[in-house]
This record gives sequence, C-alpha cells and structure tokens, in this order.
Amino acid sequence: MKAAVLSFPGSNCDDDLLHAVGTVLGQTAVKVSSQATDLTGYDVVLVPGGFSYGDYLRSGAIAKFAPVMTALKAFAAAGGYVLGICNGFQILTEAGLLPGTLQWNTSLQFICEPEPLLVANHQTAFSQAYAQDQIITLPIAHGEGNYYADPATLAQLEVNGQVVFRYLHNPNGSLNDIAGLTNEAGNVLGMMPHPERAAEALLGSVDGLGVFQSLIQATKGAAIHAN
Amino acid sequence: MFKAEIYVSYKPSVLDPKAEVIKNTLARIGDDNVATVSVGKYFELTLTAPDQAAAEAQVDRICDAMLANVNTEAYHFTVKALEAAQ
Amino acid sequence: MQTEPTPTVIKTTKPYLEWGLTESEYDRFAEKLGRLPNYTEIGLASGMWSEHCAYKYSKPVLKTFWTKNDRVLMGPGEGAGVIAIGEGKAVVFKAESHNHPSAVEPYQGAATGVGGIIRDIFSIGAKPVAILDALAFGYPKDAHTKQLIDQVVAGIGDYGNAIGIPTVGGETRFAPTYQNNPLVNAMCVGVMDESAIQRGKAAGAGNALIYVGAKTGRDGINGASFASGDFSTAEDANRSAVQVGDPFMEKLLVDACLEVTRDHQAALVGMQDMGAAGLVSSTVEMAGKANSGMTLDLDLIPQREPNMTPFEIMLSESQERMMLCVRTGHEAEIIKVFKQYDLDAVVIGRVSFDHQYKLLQHGQVVCDVPVSLLTDDAPVYHQVGVKPARLAQPAADFEPGAIDLKKTLEAVLQDPNVADKTAIFRRYDAQVQTNTIVGPGGGAAVIRVRGTHRALALTTDSNGRYLALDPEIGGAITVAEAARNLVATGAEPLGITDCLNYGDPTKPEQFYSLAESAKGIVAATKALNTPVISGNVSLYNETDGEAIAPSPMIGMVGLIEDLTAIMSPSFKAAGESVYVIGQTQADFNGSLLQQMTQGEVSGRLRPLDLAQEQENQALVLQAIRQHLVSAAHDVSDGGLLTALAEMSFGRNIGAAVAAAWAPAWWFSESQGRFVVSVPAANIAAFEALAGPLATRLGRTQPGELTVQAAGQAMAANVATLKQLNKEALAWQLK
Repeated sequence: MKAAVLSFPGSNCDDDLLHAVGTVLGQTAVKVSSQATDLTGYDVVLVPGGFSYGDYLRSGAIAKFAPVMTALKAFAAAGGYVLGICNGFQILTEAGLLPGTLQWNTSLQFICEPEPLLVANHQTAFSQAYAQDQIITLPIAHGEGNYYADPATLAQLEVNGQVVFRYLHNPNGSLNDIAGLTNEAGNVLGMMPHPERAAEALLGSVDGLGVFQSLIQATKGAAIHAN
Repeated sequence: MFKAEIYVSYKPSVLDPKAEVIKNTLARIGDDNVATVSVGKYFELTLTAPDQAAAEAQVDRICDAMLANVNTEAYHFTVKALEAAQ
Repeated sequence: MQTEPTPTVIKTTKPYLEWGLTESEYDRFAEKLGRLPNYTEIGLASGMWSEHCAYKYSKPVLKTFWTKNDRVLMGPGEGAGVIAIGEGKAVVFKAESHNHPSAVEPYQGAATGVGGIIRDIFSIGAKPVAILDALAFGYPKDAHTKQLIDQVVAGIGDYGNAIGIPTVGGETRFAPTYQNNPLVNAMCVGVMDESAIQRGKAAGAGNALIYVGAKTGRDGINGASFASGDFSTAEDANRSAVQVGDPFMEKLLVDACLEVTRDHQAALVGMQDMGAAGLVSSTVEMAGKANSGMTLDLDLIPQREPNMTPFEIMLSESQERMMLCVRTGHEAEIIKVFKQYDLDAVVIGRVSFDHQYKLLQHGQVVCDVPVSLLTDDAPVYHQVGVKPARLAQPAADFEPGAIDLKKTLEAVLQDPNVADKTAIFRRYDAQVQTNTIVGPGGGAAVIRVRGTHRALALTTDSNGRYLALDPEIGGAITVAEAARNLVATGAEPLGITDCLNYGDPTKPEQFYSLAESAKGIVAATKALNTPVISGNVSLYNETDGEAIAPSPMIGMVGLIEDLTAIMSPSFKAAGESVYVIGQTQADFNGSLLQQMTQGEVSGRLRPLDLAQEQENQALVLQAIRQHLVSAAHDVSDGGLLTALAEMSFGRNIGAAVAAAWAPAWWFSESQGRFVVSVPAANIAAFEALAGPLATRLGRTQPGELTVQAAGQAMAANVATLKQLNKEALAWQLK
C-alpha cells in the first residue's frame, strides 16, 4: 500500500500516521504538503489530526481552502480511499466530502481518554479486519468531536450503513453515538478516535491496527482489479 | 470602500452547548428570567467593491464559503459604504 | 506622542522606581556608564537587572547547586540543560514558573508559560517530546479557586494540545498557603542528537542577528520586572501586562527552527528564545556569552503597532519570537527556511567589533552601553537570612490519636491531593507523538525515545508542607520524593530542573527559607547523583505581604535502558506477597493527615537519612531490573495505606496486610519507603536481595483491602474505594 499523509500547517498527527503505517506496518507512507496539487500514484490518502491553521475559525474551516484539497476531491471522486482522523475528519466534513459537522463536546472541554467503540459495520474498506459488533478501544483527543447532522441526513446514514464506529459511552454528545462514518460510496471515512495511537503493544494497545490492515487488504484488491 | 458587519450563530435547531452553560449559570446567579441565549461570532470586514450590491454579493459568498458552516450555522450581515478618507 | 524625559529629568523624577529599579541601582548603572543614562538605557537596565533576568538575590544561592557529573553535557546558563542518555542521544529539559501572570490572567498566563518553556527546549536544537505541569492552588472550596483551576488547566491544555506536544504528567497540589498565590510551573522535555547542541550566542563580527516569528506589540512590556515584584490584591492594573499565546505560530516556529538546526548547522551561530525582557535579554545575553557587541536597527523589527518607542520594543514580551545569529552570507538561506513556514524572518542587526550594545531608531542612536553593563555588572546582593520564629520554636508533635482506619482512608482518598486527577489531565492530549508508555495519573510518566531502545521517566514534585516546617529537610525530601517516583517505574534518576517558588528575598526570613532549602536540595542531589541542569526562580510569591510556604518544584528525568523492565504501581495478580521497603515511624508533622485534621501543618521534621534513602532506591531499582517484583509504588501523601489502596485500583486486586502498628501509623509519612508486590516464585530471590530493608506486610487478594493494625481491623471493598477516589475531584471542581 502506498499512502499519502497530508500535512497542513498545524497538523500534529502526521508523523504519528507515518510511523504507524510506515514503520510499524511496513507500508510506503509519504508526507504530502497541503500545497501539493497532485495525488496520483497513491492507494490511500490519510488526513491527520491536529489543529490545522490553529483551527481559529472552526476546526478544518481554513484547511479546506488548501491547494491539496482540490486534488483530494478528485482523488475521492475517482473512488480513491480517504481516511480522515480527528482534525482530518473535521476537514473532510468542512470540505463536503462527508456529511454533517463536528461541534464542541457537550462538556465544552477537550477530552483525552481511551474510549470503547463498537464496530457497527465491518463491511467497509476501513473496517473489514474487524468482526461485526467487535468492541475495540481507541484513544480520543479532541474538543470538537460532537457529531451533528440534520435528522434526514442522519436517517439516511443509518439506512445506508455508513456508520462504522459507535461510542459505547458517548463522551462528547455525538448524535447516534457516531464516532466514525463513511460517505455514501464508502471510500471516504472520517473518525474522531485515533487508530494510529493504538498501533503498538509497548504503548498499551494494538486495537487500531485493524483500520490500516483493512485498507491494506482493500488496496491489494484494487491492485488485482487493475490488472 | 465598504464595511461589512457579519454575525454568525447556530441555527435554532442545533444544540449550542456554550449557550446552555451560560443560560444555566445566569439562572444560578439570579437572572432566571433570561429565556434564551445564543452564542455567535462577529466579524468586521472592509472591502472595495464597485457598488453596494456587488459588495453584498461578495460578503454573502465569503460567509457561505468560510465564515459560517452552513450545516449548523446561520449568518446575517450589513454592508455600508464608508465615507472616503479625507 | 509623548516625549521621553531627558537623562537629567530621569535623575530627578526617578521613573525607574516603578520598574523595580532602586535608587542605588540607578546610581550604580550611571556610575559604571560614566554618564546619565537616557530613558531607553535605564529601561533596559530595569529589565536586565530584575531578579528574573539577573538573579541578583538568588545568585549566591544558585551558585551552591551541584550542576555537573559525567553525563551532563550542558548545565545551567543556557535555555535548558542537556544530559547524555546513550546511543548518541541526549535529553534536554527545563522548568519555568508563570505564577504571577497566571494569578492575573489564568488562561493566558498558563498558556504562555507552556509556550515559553517549549521555546527554551527547541532553542537548544531538541525536539520537544513532553510537557509536565506542577500546579498548586488553595483547596477548591470557593468559586474563585474553581474558576482559577479551570482556566489554568484550559490554558495549559489549549496550548499543548494544539502544538502537538503531549502533556504526560505533573501534579496538582492543594493547600491553604496557595489560596492567593497559585503556582503554575511548566516543564518541557526534549530529545536530540548529542552532536547537535546549540547555544544562545552571537559571535563573529559582521554576523547577522535574525528576528523570527510573531511581530512585536505592546503586550507584556517589562514583564520581567513585573514577575519580580510582589502582589497586591488591589493591583488590577497589572492585567495589561499579560501576553496572548498563539500555539499555531509556535508549532511553525518549532518545525522551522528544528529544520535550521538539522539542515543548516554551518550557517547557524546561535539561537535563543525571546522570553523575559524580550528582545533586550535575548540579544544582550547572546552577545554577553560570546563576549561580543552588536548594533540593532529598531526600524527593521517587525512591529504590530505603530509608534512604538525603543523602550516598548525592547522590553515587550510578545510571545512566539526567536533570535538567531547567522553567519554572514547565509542570511538568505536561513530566511528562506522560515518563509516556507510563512514566518517573518528579518535581519535586524549585526555583531560588532566592539563590546557595545547599540540601538538605532530613525537614524538616531537611542542606546549605547557596554554589553557587560547589562549582564555581568548587574548587582548581586548577599542577603543574610534570619530563622523565622515558628522554626526556632516549633510546635509540639502532631498526635493523630485514635483514628478509624476505614473512615480515615476514605477521607484521605477524597482529599484533592490524593484524589484521582482524571478531571484535570483528561483535558490534556497525553498521547500525541505516540511515545507515551505511561501517561499522567501516577507518580511518573514514561515515554519511549524514538530511534533508541530506551525510555525516559519524568516527574515533578513539590511539597510546601514539609518546607514550611523545615526548609532544609523539606528541600531534600522534595528531591528524594521525585527520585522515588522515577525509581518505582524502573528508571535511574539522571538529573533535575527546578522552579524555586518563594517569598520576597529582601525579607531575611524569606531569604533564610531559600538558602536553607538549597542546602537540602544540594545534599540530596549529590546523594542521588542527580545534578541540577536548569531552572528558574520565582521570588516575591506574596500577596499583601503574606508569603507562600517555600515551595521549590523539582522536575526530574530518569532513564530506562530495558523496555521490558518498566514497572507500574498496579497489583497484577492475587496471591502475591506485599512488602514495604523502608522504616515506618510516627511521622505526622507536615503530613497530609495533619493538614486535613488541623487545617495547617506544624511541628518538627525528622531529618532525612540520605544514605538510607539511596540504599532503598537502589534496592527497588535492582528488584525491578531483575524482574523480581510485579508492582512498585512509592509511599508519599497519605502514607502506606493510601499507597496500598492506589495499587489496588488498577486491576481491582487488593491486599490483606497486617502490622503491629497503631492505626494512625498506616497514614504516617515516613520517608524513603516503597511498596512492592512479589510473585511466589521470586520471593526467595527478592528476600535475599532485600535483606532487612523489606518487611513483608501480607499478600494480594481479589477485590478487598483488609488491614490488621494494633487493636483495630479494617475491611474495605476496592471498587468502592476507587469510586470515592475517582469521583472526588470532579465533584469538588464543579
């Protein structure tokens, strides 16, 4: 798998993703500047966590205007796999690649803690390495992770099976306990929990590896189809 | 030169946790007659434009594209012509 | 625009008094200058001769610190100290206080404290990898204190979280003495290649001074003298002195500066953070360290506001700014790096052939003084301490009397000093950078060092309760307690940084506390082989003339060379033997139990036996390295029973313990103690290693903590105790 890890000014989980995908899983992972205009040649694009441009207006609201976003939209439209984590999720919703919005946690506080999650749909390119309804624990670390979508959108998400991860103990007020969801086509996933922080036994958990292993599996398939 | 004053706040149907906290606190300190609280953002822009209508159209576009998240936020603004600098 | 008073008018109207400079200091400056200083010059002197920059009262004390062993690569005097950790890597760390700014404007005061200490770390060329913060407040009983805590925590979190450096540890203490004078101390730890150490120097005539980062505004003007004066509750005007932090800008600065130190070493002469006393201190110190001079053109300095005076520009403490000295001919190369990060980078002057510090504005010379006049020629005051009356005649020993074991344990577990601090540290990102092996909540954090097979253990400690009773013994205890926290994780302590939080040093009784506690710190650092490599002083922690208890904060870093021998405090399995290492005696003076029972502390402290301390620590470290123990925890606040309860919480495995002590002894705070659990297979080897140092207390058991003391037994459900401990602080902060 060849992964592009986007890096916006203020991204701070880009190196962690490079480490998890590149060093831990032995894949090719390349940091790509937000000023880049071309994403061809990559199997997946990872949009990392952090505070892009300081997140001073709203999380992700400035990042969506970066040059790389035009390429990212084209990449996603062509069916390429895009994974946005934390701030990456916020950027994808702001850019219109995923429905809904991430608002302030109901506690109005930043929350960093391990959070048990339910794998609500394991038939996606991002979750196929997990069992259906498997319970995994991933760390969250965000102030604005409270997922909101209007009732019609929310109903449609559920009908389509777009909700991939749900909180068992909703920490932030997200509607329908949504922790991660895909677009309708299923090739773009956004999630607030950090799978790259649960990728090494030394650091306490490897529950997050499944997300990346799912993508490795999915992109192997893609390569076969291409042949 | 035109000056735009822009207000962005949550749509009425969207939970506004900051406003909830403020309202609850007001009630606790005795201002329990406050019926609603809405928290928003306020922006001031000055810009050049050929005329009032063009300035308003541009400000509307800026609000829609960047200053508000139209999924959850509503905005309104006023644009007025500034007197030329003396 | 106001015109500045002439030198002659300054001499008679004495505006410098408001900036913290005394008449005799003014006279000293004028005499050494050989003429009357102008407004800018005497303004710069007020910043550079403040306690914060010149250490004029604390220098004689700081000189006594032990600062060097064979591992120390760089000691105090630079942005931060450096210690070798093997495999070609070094650890860089420093702590700094932001007590005064945080009391005035808690959110920004705490945030900019974090920002400032991070700059100190990357100015050495190290990648910042962890933040710890040591906080102290009054008990959270009133709305003001709760709000203060909330805002300090939010400020620390918002800065560290955004910049992407994990906040992995620290501590939050509560005692009445901090009610009007909270302590906000932040420590930053960085890791670097040994070979890449940078120093803050400006050498080589003709080389360029490059200003990088945020523009200079009128915020925090002369904050250094502000930090060196005491507080009056009426003094709300100080509010304007607080700066606003911008973690986004700082993130860009870190990345850009590290790129310069990594890829452009040949071009870089030196780099320094613009901290206290802003531009003047960074540039003067850089010139002073290289014994050179410089000429700066103030018109070239990026300014956020129009019509700033030289005084304002040079003493502004606007945040997120760095000063670089770059070799002639390489200016464009360095500026290009910063431009890539959208950062301002401007040549503002050159190193000169002489030793003068010369400033130009609008083509006029506005300052022309010898560099040494602002640095080495600052006065040093040799104060004589006087023992406070309360220490000369201490109160009688505190006797807790007949206590109920269970009720007392429940109360201690809910005291905010012992209560689970999740409500605070869950607001900090503790895992970004994915190196955190042990995060906040325990005695010490542990982080992996990338590119090596090693880990670092990090902790902070401060305990004004002991120092209030005996500054010398208390100072030694603070160092020993920090070392115990590290040793319990399996780390060998390497060295310390400190924040010396005290009252007004011009008062003989306050100076006595500072000097005496330094004696204790020096003795303990030597005994435990942990030199002081960096630190700062925060004197004048007084409100309306009332000083805080002397509260040095010790930040300590330790090394773990075997990643399989990292120990945690949680009991792992039922049926293992539980031992206490060290002697338990009737040590109730200064204890948490005394503070809880009497509201304050009094009495005498037992002298700390440093040889015994060292022996106990060495034993625990050996036992962990030989994989003999399955859990280890130091005994501190709330004594032995509190430690046993804390060890039970992680896996709901308690213990059945017994000793023929009076019930109160289970809460005694005798020093030098640890609790360990030992699996059955290792008992013989452990007992052979420990000899008489360890006393068997009992064994671990599922779900219950039971104690048999002299004349009293206790049985408590671990889950219930944990619930009390976990929820107490969140409730108290509401």
